Amino acid sequence: MRLFEINSVSFQYGRHRVIDDLSLAIGPGGATALLGPNGSGKSTLLKLMLGLLRPWRGSIWLEGHDLDRIPRRELARSVAYVPQVHREAFGYTVFDVALMGRMPHSSFFSRYSEKDYQIVRDALRRLEIAHLADRPYTQISGGERQLTLIARALAQGARVFIMDEPSNSLDYGNQIRLLERIGHLANEGYTFLFSTHHPDHAMAIADRVVMMKEGRIVHDGAPQATITASTLAELYGVSSQLLLAAGAGGCAIPDLRSQAAHMAN
Amino acid sequence: MSSSAGALDTEKDEVAPARGSADESRLPARLRSVPERLRSALPLPGSVLLLLAAMLISLALGKYKVSLSEIVIFIWQRCFGGAYISPDRMRILNSVLVEIRLPRILAAALVGSALSASGAAFQAMFVNPLVSPSLLGVLAGASFGAALGIVYLKTWFGVQVATFICGLLAVIVSVGIARIYRINTTIMLVLGGIISGALFTSLLSLVKYLSDPYNQLPTIVNWLMGSLTLSDRATVIKTAIPIVLALVVLLALSRHLNVLSMGDEEARALGINVNRLRLIVIACATVASALTVVIAGTIAWVGLIVPHFTRMISGPDNTRLLPATILIGAAYLIVVDDIARMAFTFELPIGVVTALVGIPCFAIVLRNARKGWN
Repeated sequence: MRLFEINSVSFQYGRHRVIDDLSLAIGPGGATALLGPNGSGKSTLLKLMLGLLRPWRGSIWLEGHDLDRIPRRELARSVAYVPQVHREAFGYTVFDVALMGRMPHSSFFSRYSEKDYQIVRDALRRLEIAHLADRPYTQISGGERQLTLIARALAQGARVFIMDEPSNSLDYGNQIRLLERIGHLANEGYTFLFSTHHPDHAMAIADRVVMMKEGRIVHDGAPQATITASTLAELYGVSSQLLLAAGAGGCAIPDLRSQAAHMAN
Repeated sequence: MSSSAGALDTEKDEVAPARGSADESRLPARLRSVPERLRSALPLPGSVLLLLAAMLISLALGKYKVSLSEIVIFIWQRCFGGAYISPDRMRILNSVLVEIRLPRILAAALVGSALSASGAAFQAMFVNPLVSPSLLGVLAGASFGAALGIVYLKTWFGVQVATFICGLLAVIVSVGIARIYRINTTIMLVLGGIISGALFTSLLSLVKYLSDPYNQLPTIVNWLMGSLTLSDRATVIKTAIPIVLALVVLLALSRHLNVLSMGDEEARALGINVNRLRLIVIACATVASALTVVIAGTIAWVGLIVPHFTRMISGPDNTRLLPATILIGAAYLIVVDDIARMAFTFELPIGVVTALVGIPCFAIVLRNARKGWN
């Protein structure tokens, strides 16, 4: 049985159809990258899977349970949302932000227990940010913030991590460090689904690439087979060349010098 | 209070350059800025002491001279017995301290803590350190209710009931506007609050215009400037229970407020029922703020400034910020009321004093708007 099953789901904001009869099965395990131009419905799909939006048509199943019927707190214990880093936030300490991940595990009026604190400390240690525990979340780098949010997701006890453009607004070094962490955790059996604007990132750590356009899935498969010059041209309408490294990974180089040689679909 | 916060700011500025260095994250604890270390040690015991000191000193202040040491002995004798003070003197002290000054001090404490806690809760909920409890129109509604009561109702109790009900009504209108459009976001709530506040402010003008300009209008104007002169023991007892209950619920929700302040979607993904939580917080903050108008008329600038300054000492974590801001808010309003009644031979409206103290503070805060988050 797949971990997540999305069965012919449609969703629309007002009259604008954003997700159009989309089906997808994911996990358990592995890192799946979601590629697609702006407005292709990536974020909406992720929000549907987090239960933040309800499908207009179709259904989503998590381990055989209808997502609609899973209580919010219970859902939070198995699926975590790792958002883009906040631009504006209160300066909670890194520890306090990660501690929020214990919220779905504690009853309404009780306080956090020593066990909760231990779990949070472990999560920070696993992401190698334990030394930041007492720093205000607003005074660390974007990359460290993103790691804090992943630590929170770990503390949540979730096995599925849904990330909306995690590498956005990070500098090059932090992007690579973040990808490395995601890769490690995916190898440990956590399931990752992340949207990205960088084909390179998908090639670096994903074992599966799903390409979206206009609310539909247009390509789905292993990174090296899916990310090609022609699929990138189809997705984004620009031409580029692929440079593949030995082993895994590679990068797309924009074809700025030969505009005339426009790829045919 | 403002001067000590200013001192903390300069400390922070001096340490700031170190943050730019590459190894900043590995600074050992002793090199971290002073406010960060103060945060873990100072807030709660410090604010308890501050509040007790403010209450004690305020008991001694007034036209009838009573020394601090006599007050301490008086309290000891009331609580534990003894015969240090003669029975006649005890009677006089009892009427001055317990019957006249104490209700007013308690009223100030209630108003200060209610406004500060509501402000802190709203600041977390709207993810904005610069909002005040009046955001959803509760003060405008309650002012209208008070004016309406003064003009059309005969009894003071009737005025109090009208004040409270119209305060609630204004917030119900704001929440209702947000609900009508089925967009339950904080931005719709803010817009609803603007509309509701404007509506009740115009209704207030209408009532003022229709009131008798020789008797009723001065009463309305005085009341709207805020005053603790009418806070008798009965009012304090009536309002204390619901205010304390509302504050207890807010305190119990402080962890939830932390999560809510990360934004709606994240809070929901962390298992929080955002709509329900928001309604509970709005209800508690509204009840508490509306009752402050019942006690003392409209007092501005407390609900914004006090949580803001408390955050500079306690940090933004609501499990520490809320209890500290309740204590500091109470102490602050007691002190401001002392200024209002002692500064001149006549009594100043306390709402004017809080505004005159609060506006310069706000101007300073605006300069350091970024720090408000920390």
